[in-house]
Amino acid sequence: MSAQTTSKASPAGFVSSSRWLLWSGIAALCAWVMVPIYLVALGALGGRQGVYQWPKTGLPTGISLDPFILFLKTEGVLQSFLNSLGAAGITVALSILLGAPAGYALARYNFHGKDGYRLLVLLTRAFPLAILALPLTVSFIRLGLYDTIIGVGLIHTVLALPFAALVTQGIFMGVPRELEEAAWVFGCTRAQAFFKIVAPLALPGIVATAVFAFVISWNEVFAASVLTVRNRTLTAYLLTVLSESPMHYRFAGGLMLILPSVIFIFAVRRYLFAIWGISSK
Amino acid sequence: MTNNRSWIPYLLILPSVAFLALLFIVPLLQTIWLAFSDNGVPSPANAQRMMADINFARSIKNTFLLTLAVVPVQLAIALVMGTMVAKVGRGRETILWVWTIPLGISDLAAGLVWLSILQNSGYFNSLLLGLGIIERQASWLSYQTPVALFFAIAVAEIWRGTAIVMVIIVAGLNQVPREFREAAEIFGAGAWTRFWRITLPLIRPALQSALILRTVLAFEVFAVVYALGGRNFPVLVGEAYNWQNQNQNYGVAAAYAVLIMIISLAATMIYLKAIKVDPERLP
Repeated sequence: MSAQTTSKASPAGFVSSSRWLLWSGIAALCAWVMVPIYLVALGALGGRQGVYQWPKTGLPTGISLDPFILFLKTEGVLQSFLNSLGAAGITVALSILLGAPAGYALARYNFHGKDGYRLLVLLTRAFPLAILALPLTVSFIRLGLYDTIIGVGLIHTVLALPFAALVTQGIFMGVPRELEEAAWVFGCTRAQAFFKIVAPLALPGIVATAVFAFVISWNEVFAASVLTVRNRTLTAYLLTVLSESPMHYRFAGGLMLILPSVIFIFAVRRYLFAIWGISSK
Repeated sequence: MTNNRSWIPYLLILPSVAFLALLFIVPLLQTIWLAFSDNGVPSPANAQRMMADINFARSIKNTFLLTLAVVPVQLAIALVMGTMVAKVGRGRETILWVWTIPLGISDLAAGLVWLSILQNSGYFNSLLLGLGIIERQASWLSYQTPVALFFAIAVAEIWRGTAIVMVIIVAGLNQVPREFREAAEIFGAGAWTRFWRITLPLIRPALQSALILRTVLAFEVFAVVYALGGRNFPVLVGEAYNWQNQNQNYGVAAAYAVLIMIISLAATMIYLKAIKVDPERLP
């Protein structure tokens, strides 16, 4: 930063004051994001006494892991956590297995109906998809999918699949066609060329797409709440017990929802902008 | 590609088409049918019952006001973030990571986060007490304070939902060639002019998709409202949820769903018309 500041030709005083403004703006926006997370973590680790402490200092006093562990041991919490993982796992698997081939077709082939397919995918964006869980209740009861993790995973796949198809299209377009064609020349079948040449190059992007599919499912509240009764996901569980839970349990639940997705977002931070650049075209 | 393999792309898209047909198109039609039928015959009864409901007008008003308050602010903050981070060399990655954290946070979690701040013995009241603005714990989230509750929900939504707009905007900004702005600078355009006349028109596709995505999501607002205000602040999706789960009336719930879909589609259309994307003028 200092190198840039000095390299500017403008008068030093003006530059440093605008730099100062820039960095204080950036710092303020970073605090705006981070401080609320810090505060809910304090609430989750402060237990019952923490909630009623008045006035609060915002300092990490009187916190321990015990209240959070107590929350984890509450009946239903651990099970719903596992259910959320299961539903997200199904969503990841299905949206990649169904979406990546479509993305490859869009990237590599010209075919009749290509525009129609893209329209179908884009159409899903104009609809509040989770709401489609409402009529599915009836058919899912009939099919034995109601109140199951598979049912939740299926509807979450509807949310993640269009995204996966579009993003993987961009990823496959980034793999040079020449490499694939060279493999054919050297005697690989199309399938071999795909798995030996294209797949390894596309893998990091596909993993990032999978992480997003995970986060989409992990965070979804409405469809999961409508389609489950006993086998609740974590979001659905928290939503239904919300009104009768003590405050510190709610904060612990919030923290538990936040932690995994923040870690996942951190893991794919390098691909975030590439992915959204692709999917917003 | 060779013609004798023209079936390959169809084979590749078939599974996803079948999936979307079964779990997107069919439920879509089912919702419409459920909303406009009664015991298997077409009927406006559900729609009438929805409109006669005591929370109907309030939930429409609340949802629209919230969307109108939240989406422009999110766009403005996202544009500020994008402009700021473009001026940063080292540290850019870290800043962007911090700003994208809310991308991974659900609306339910965002509601719970702001509950910890805004509840009666929370940090916000503590701060106000410390500044000498209040003397006793003030309540912000009850049905007696609808305006404060509205702002609380709006703040939580802005806190959580700005990240997605920012990511799309920054991805759009990254595609604008540096030369465009440099050329404008050489011709004497100020920073403000450059932003309005060069940058903004060039990121139209990003603006369009960010606005569509965010607005559709804003009309779906539900869990953040429930976490902060319980049932004190009716919104459309919340009403659909209550009719389905509490009242077990799938017809009226579907009527709400259809209404939300119509609003979302209309908003999408308006954005597609209002923000024209001219493919030939893109960088």
